Amino acid sequence: MRAASQPAKPAASRTEQIILFRVSGQLFGISSASVQEVRSVDSLAGVSSDINQPTIRKVRQVLHRGDKSLYVVNTAIHFGLPVSSAGLVFVLRKTRTALLVDAMERMATMTRLQALPLAYCHEERRWYRGLTALDQAVLPVVDAQGFLTEEEFSLLDASFAAQNASEDSATDSTELPQ
Amino acid sequence: MTLPAEFAPQSFVLLRLGERRFAIAATQVAELVAPSRIFRFPNRTPKLEGVVLRRGRIIPVCDVAESLLGRSLASRRFYLIAVRQYANQKEWVALPVTGDCELIIAEMTPASENDAPHVAGWISHNGEVIEALNLGALTPGEQAVQLHRAPANSAEATP
Repeated sequence: MRAASQPAKPAASRTEQIILFRVSGQLFGISSASVQEVRSVDSLAGVSSDINQPTIRKVRQVLHRGDKSLYVVNTAIHFGLPVSSAGLVFVLRKTRTALLVDAMERMATMTRLQALPLAYCHEERRWYRGLTALDQAVLPVVDAQGFLTEEEFSLLDASFAAQNASEDSATDSTELPQ
Repeated sequence: MTLPAEFAPQSFVLLRLGERRFAIAATQVAELVAPSRIFRFPNRTPKLEGVVLRRGRIIPVCDVAESLLGRSLASRRFYLIAVRQYANQKEWVALPVTGDCELIIAEMTPASENDAPHVAGWISHNGEVIEALNLGALTPGEQAVQLHRAPANSAEATP
């Protein structure tokens, strides 16, 4: 006797969890899989140092995590928004970037990501993975890899290395005998 | 006797921007809709005001009045949803207009070398000479086609 065949299960719809966050009043989404850790800005004290690369104004801090250094991007400056007081830091996965954001709004489930319309043809194509509609509103979903270019990483690495070298030499120096 | 293709009568949609009227080939017009909420987000592309949500589609809103009249529109009554061709891909773009649109049939005289890039040609209607618009030159996006041979228009979110 043959067992009755089971009815085929409907294919699970593909969804993605995103974190909605605010910067200068603007709402953005980011894949929760791209965010390794969310921490308070206050917690940066003691685990970060300043960096000054004049051509990259959006990065002013380096977060130290073990042997890794993550560049902290001021998201408001990155997007050309008015600078606001950031409350949180998103430490991102698979990139040496952390983001200063004002606040986390909520988590949401994204069912459809529409590619950025081709009419958008400048830097925003690097910034966003696409647009999504949530609760009759449209918001951009940021690309975690889109905050710093390879060239910017190189410049920051060079600045950071030079800064460390000068600090080391200052530490190593000894006072000359009178 | 047959007329050359460019002089054969075609359908055009006349749109109003302020005091002036312009024409777009009817084949490039999807629909005329009432203005709805614009969702704005940071970007660096001029002319784009944001996007509107129309029956599940996200459509960029492009204010072409600045290019055509030299000033932005103070008021807008409708969005003309036009079909913009990007290489081998078509996308909708919403153009704010200030008055009713009219469907006419007219013969178009192709633009000459002296005309601005946004002029596809000229039509005559009720004693008025009207610019037929070249959406490809009027709305942004060529760089996107050239630099980012884009993925499909929409994609399911991947887990």
